[in-house]
Amino acid sequence: MKIIQKIGLAIFLICFAIFISLLGLGKYQLTEVSFKASVTDSTHQALLAPNIQQMLGKTYDSKIDFITDYNKSLDKTNQKFKDNQEWDKVIYTDYALAITKNSTIGFVKDNQMLLFYICFVISALGGAIYMVADLFIHPVAGIKNNDIFKRSITSRGIIAIFFSVFLVVFYLFLYKAPAYISNWVLLVDPLSFSLTGGEASHWFLYGFLYSIIMLTMGIRMYVKYRHNTYQMVRTTSVIFFQLAFAFMIPNILTKLQLPAMDFKNMWPLDYTFFFDYRLDSLLSAGMLGYWMLGWGIFLFVVGVPVMVYFFGKRWYCSWVCGCGGLAETFGDPFRQLSDKSLKAWKYERVIVHSVLVFAVIMTAAVLYTFFTGASTILGINTYAIREIYSFAIGFVFAGAIGTGFYPLMGNRVWCRFGCPLAAYLGLVQRFKSRFRITTNGAQCISCGNCSTYCEMGIDVRAYAQKGENIIRASCVGCGVCAAVCPRGVLKLENLAEEGRFDIYTRPEEQ
Amino acid sequence: MKVVIIGNGIAGITTARHIRKQSDHEILVISAESEHFFSRTALMYIYIGHMKYQHTKPYEDWFWEKNRINLHKAYINTIDFDTNTLKTANREEISYDKLVIATGSVTKKIGWPGENLKGVQGLYSKQDVELMETNTQNVKHAVIVGGGLIGIEMAEMLHSRGIEVTFLIRENNYWNSVLPIEEAMLVSRHIAEHGINLIPNTELEEIIGDNDGRVKAVKTKTGKTIDCEFVALTTGVTPNIDFLKESALETDRGILVNDFLETNIPNVYALGDCAQFKNPKENHPPVEQLWYTGKMQGKALAKTICGQKTKYERGIWFNSAKFLDIEYQTYGLMFNKPFATEDTFYWEHPKGKIGMRANFSKTDGSLSGFNFFGMRFKQTVADTWIRNGNHISNCIAQLNEGFFDAEFNKNHHKKIVESFNTAHPKHQATIAKKKKFLIF
Repeated sequence: MKIIQKIGLAIFLICFAIFISLLGLGKYQLTEVSFKASVTDSTHQALLAPNIQQMLGKTYDSKIDFITDYNKSLDKTNQKFKDNQEWDKVIYTDYALAITKNSTIGFVKDNQMLLFYICFVISALGGAIYMVADLFIHPVAGIKNNDIFKRSITSRGIIAIFFSVFLVVFYLFLYKAPAYISNWVLLVDPLSFSLTGGEASHWFLYGFLYSIIMLTMGIRMYVKYRHNTYQMVRTTSVIFFQLAFAFMIPNILTKLQLPAMDFKNMWPLDYTFFFDYRLDSLLSAGMLGYWMLGWGIFLFVVGVPVMVYFFGKRWYCSWVCGCGGLAETFGDPFRQLSDKSLKAWKYERVIVHSVLVFAVIMTAAVLYTFFTGASTILGINTYAIREIYSFAIGFVFAGAIGTGFYPLMGNRVWCRFGCPLAAYLGLVQRFKSRFRITTNGAQCISCGNCSTYCEMGIDVRAYAQKGENIIRASCVGCGVCAAVCPRGVLKLENLAEEGRFDIYTRPEEQ
Repeated sequence: MKVVIIGNGIAGITTARHIRKQSDHEILVISAESEHFFSRTALMYIYIGHMKYQHTKPYEDWFWEKNRINLHKAYINTIDFDTNTLKTANREEISYDKLVIATGSVTKKIGWPGENLKGVQGLYSKQDVELMETNTQNVKHAVIVGGGLIGIEMAEMLHSRGIEVTFLIRENNYWNSVLPIEEAMLVSRHIAEHGINLIPNTELEEIIGDNDGRVKAVKTKTGKTIDCEFVALTTGVTPNIDFLKESALETDRGILVNDFLETNIPNVYALGDCAQFKNPKENHPPVEQLWYTGKMQGKALAKTICGQKTKYERGIWFNSAKFLDIEYQTYGLMFNKPFATEDTFYWEHPKGKIGMRANFSKTDGSLSGFNFFGMRFKQTVADTWIRNGNHISNCIAQLNEGFFDAEFNKNHHKKIVESFNTAHPKHQATIAKKKKFLIF
């Protein structure tokens, strides 16, 4: 079985290597057809046409040269308008990805479907074999975190550092230079056509990757926690919400030419919810659009307080949320890397609540502009605030650091230090909720498994050894502390609010 | 006043923390084992790789200075009780006004031939785990001698490294000296399920070494020879009081103390694993080697030292353990056989990995204790029921109040009640109808 497990890993690694090497493969040739297919706006077509003439028909061996040439052509076009103060003609739409993708010829283009299967299907199968083989290697169900602190990847070793760099670079390309990963996007084009009726964007690729990673790593969760029904149900829930709500439904809506919406994503995590282009799209979509707008507002105005009161913030963070879903599947092997020190908790409180305040101010400014049409408030440009938030929080914090730092700081860096929605849910959980992690009397032996495996960096043991229930704003209710406890000391519960802060004292010690 | 505590385990540290909570006394904790307090119970997880040493420390390193608890790493050679002075191995002299001895245990060796060979060890201290790390490099086969709680931990540790484990126990089934036969069998089956070779009714005759003084085999009393490169001695631990044997301090197996944890010398106290009660309560062991009791004793002693003389009260007995993947919780005095005045009820899940037992009075049906295997139960509920002597039928009928398994886990209450009603027809348990909620 260990051999089969290694074969699974080998299959995955080979597929992964092919996937990476695709970035450097392929040739590029811009033609009249691919140009028109990419630059869909006819005005832009006309404006760009003169400057891309010298690219037409030329075969590029290097993607970098191709993109550089295209960017030069674009700059040249725009520079002229800028010089002439013709601001309305300047092209801001980013066609680089589409042009690069549609101009691809050669190996990648010719073997699109084959490569799709290798990179996504067979690699996932390899991963699944690796996970499932564990059923036979550890045939008796139970908590087995054996050697987690001895493996490089899960204990900040050299492999972990490489992996982290890889993830950060991936996010950098995804957000800032998707044209360079056009070959990956090309692979999911056929799937995108069948689901949405249009060609794939880099966000479609991201959503697809996100889903298969959650699915594969979800299998790992099923194997690892097969003795714990709470973990099984919870894993099923996050996978369901990713596949159905985050991936399928928005794509189907797109196909139906309706505004795409992830019905479980919620402001302020979904910070663009009140941006003008999204409001415009909803308000112009008739009854359905109004309903969507209402639902989005209902979620955070009514949904959060009511659901958190009855179930704690776990109903969202570890059962529904996409970021949480990735953290609970793909991120599970890294949960022990969160910092449990008191110092980290102090930073956490300041940072996460600051982001919440920032999100509220930014949204207020954006809405001010939406309703009044004035683009400045107190002399500050609301678009600038919005840009800063999108870059600093949306890209750097949530993406590059949030996921990129899994192998270094644990799987909930974003949720713990950055997510404004988590901060909001946490405030309700801390002050008005029935949820708590109950400590079982004096049964704690202070072993520290709970604290070690808390992804949110809560020092669970500090409460448990005092006989105190764990009530913390940050707790996402993943239930792993209770699962790894060797003495049956912890239980996640929704009970009457009364007495939830009480500390257990043995009658002899009262 | 200067309080000096020898030993930074759970007993010594609890005493120190609670003295600080109640007073401004100068506190010095001396240990030869480690700089800081760590959780001894977690040592196995360091070896298995679930945790690193740093994770076993229940308090961050700044905690001690902030709470003005001085820590000193030193080994105490002798104590001069006339001048209130300790002498360390480095010839330092440390004076005290009150002395607390909490030096814990050492592995019990009973004079087997070869017990000091390389590759033969017990597991108690941080140094033991480090030694085990070196001792088990390239080991293919290990033998464990003695089937207690440390034995099963070492079995799990070795097994996690893919080392073939032979587990010699004196009883017919694992820990049958404490567990009733059904529970002992349940655990024994689970040990076998993991591929650990449990050999019952077997005692050690001698440990055989090779020319380098390293263990190469063990011989049992039945004359069987088992090849191995590592031997774990887990027949128990014994108070770590060798350095006190020649002193004026009264000792037996451990340092003799009264119910206030006072020794025969004024201002000298002992607690935890190294203390032995002069007058133990009926059915209670004179030496209590448990994490929980060390903690409780520490709390009581801190009060006494701070001027509020307090008896150590064990309360309703409770304990817990984990046998590989099966958790165990026990409440009340539960031995391998019920007392003559008691009746017993045992239920086991058909798959044989979950079980529970309740003992109760033959005369009035009052509950005296619970064992739980593979299911979690609330201490508050068990403690109250046993304390109040609740009737067994009510307890069985209301078990739901105490179940502590994770949400969505299967609830076996109905099966347990059915089984109870069949086994004890004269006590009928009836489950109260559930209150119906409209929405929640």
